[in-house]
Amino acid sequence: MQAAASIVVLASLYALLGVGYVLVYRASRVLNLAQGDLMMFGGYALFAAATTIAAGPAVAIPLALVASGVVGFLLYALLMRRMAGHPVFAAVLVTVSVGILVRVAVVLAFTDQIRYPLPALALANPPLRLGAGVAVSTIDALTVLAATLVVATLLLFLRRSRIGMQMRAAGERPLLAAQRGIDFQRLFAVSWALASFTAGLAGMLYGSNVRLEPGLGVLGLKAFAVALVGGLDSLGGVVPAALLVAAVEVLTVRYGDPLFAEVSPFLCLLAMLLLRPWGLAGTREELERV
Amino acid sequence: MSWGSGAFRTSYERDMALVDTPLRWTALVLLAAVLVALPAVASRLVLELLSQVALAAVGALALNLLTGMAGQISLGHAGFMAAGAFSVGMLVEAIAAPPWVTLPAAALVGAGLGLAVGMPSLRLRGLYLALGTLAMHYVILWIGTEYQARYGFNTGVTVPPLALGPLLVRTTRQWYYALLAIAAVATFLCVNLTRSRVGRAWMALRDREIAAASLGIAVARYKLMAFVASAVMTSLAGAVWAYQRSFVSAEAFGFNVTIEYLAMVIIGGLGSVLGALIGAAFVTLLPYAIDGVVAALPVGDGAQYYLFPLKFGSFGLLMALFLVFEPRGLVGLWERARNWILLWPLRHRPLAPAR
Repeated sequence: MQAAASIVVLASLYALLGVGYVLVYRASRVLNLAQGDLMMFGGYALFAAATTIAAGPAVAIPLALVASGVVGFLLYALLMRRMAGHPVFAAVLVTVSVGILVRVAVVLAFTDQIRYPLPALALANPPLRLGAGVAVSTIDALTVLAATLVVATLLLFLRRSRIGMQMRAAGERPLLAAQRGIDFQRLFAVSWALASFTAGLAGMLYGSNVRLEPGLGVLGLKAFAVALVGGLDSLGGVVPAALLVAAVEVLTVRYGDPLFAEVSPFLCLLAMLLLRPWGLAGTREELERV
Repeated sequence: MSWGSGAFRTSYERDMALVDTPLRWTALVLLAAVLVALPAVASRLVLELLSQVALAAVGALALNLLTGMAGQISLGHAGFMAAGAFSVGMLVEAIAAPPWVTLPAAALVGAGLGLAVGMPSLRLRGLYLALGTLAMHYVILWIGTEYQARYGFNTGVTVPPLALGPLLVRTTRQWYYALLAIAAVATFLCVNLTRSRVGRAWMALRDREIAAASLGIAVARYKLMAFVASAVMTSLAGAVWAYQRSFVSAEAFGFNVTIEYLAMVIIGGLGSVLGALIGAAFVTLLPYAIDGVVAALPVGDGAQYYLFPLKFGSFGLLMALFLVFEPRGLVGLWERARNWILLWPLRHRPLAPAR
């Protein structure tokens, strides 16, 4: 039972990161390899808000969330926008260097010491007993809640809102969408801001729950296996994929080798590439388009 | 391109020549002479650095072969390198294998991995492929770490010096010559490929796969070939790396190594052999240059702390700047500068005359 709880918690974290990959990929066919570093940035933004301006949680958390979103928007406006028309691979490499720059900026500002934002906010993280001998930390529970809310809201947003519908149209038939006067630049900017917002949220939760260090970005790479297993262009696929990958990882930690668990998401990715490269719920034609 | 320079290609032999003009011949001979004579005057540090550049150049050339020439994306370069280094380490540890066993074995492992990674490339394209190579990188590193943990080499595996028959490579100077020779052979092979059937098929694939296929190029075969060739070369570079450092450890092949090699081919100029060489030199020497600059500046001891992020960040920044502003890299910059000088005071080349 405890294992099931761990799986759901880890899957929630992966889902939060995974939707970011999907959002950016759907919009611009670019894989944002800086996602993990943007997540780390979110955690540090919370830490910075708590320490440097000594804000309480009620101010610091919204501030850090806004900062996360704004960073994504700025990255698009200043850097990624210029990559339009370049090969996709070049754009992906730019995101790699963005990741490096974010990491370096964080190290320069906060040093590479391990940080804990929660004490800085004067908050505690008491364990919650769920019965049947299962216990999770409060932030674990919050992570699950946040992931559920974010995925549900995003699904609704894409289905119902005007921008969401435009995003789907642009993802499906870019040329037709552009001819109908959809503003691609705005869509891309929104996608980037949303992706970095969800990544930042994941970073805040993870950072508060475990720790903050500049090397957190690796977690983002693992989550990216989730995005691919679910199908890079499918938001709904993220949830089952996150559960699957998290289950494999948690169960290998429990019954196998912890070192092996570290690479298990990548093995899931390889298996998926061989069996069903378009993912659990992705579209098959997608492979031809890249 | 004709500027009326006086050097014309008047025969097919001339057109196929590896080194084109008399000026280039002179430059090449001069460069070779300087490099060969250098140990007589240069300090150990300089030789040490140039050896590193030569070794990095082999890796960069291999990546350029795959990404620059054949247009297949790989994010698993460090993984291939680790595979080569670990096949040396494991064989030395298990049966005290001599280099004439370990080096072919490393090449063989590289070929196998190249095939394994290349297989999905027949079905997948672009990004999906890059992801496969990235995943492969982590799996290879895991195998290395697992081996280290299981057999008690937590810090790493020690490798004896490289001895091929009577030839023993041990000192800095010996390594300098050995690596220089290896890099020269690798460069020759890569330049030669550009005029071979295989190299041209790769370039055609890179530029337009469908057109290449309809010209009768066996897409699947040539793609696999590109992966195998690049992986073999990279894996051998990793094996030589193991002998040079006399030490193998999984920590030395993190994802940032892949990024470093990507930075080399991008900063140098994707698809150009010269670019790979220049990029390898640039990326290898940049950290030392930053060290030198910081040491020369009047800053306190606190600066030491910022040195590592500064070096790492400069890679990131340069990579981004080159990708956005000059995708053809340093070679592209050089061509622009050359055109500017040749055309001065005009700005553009004359339009082609009507035929």
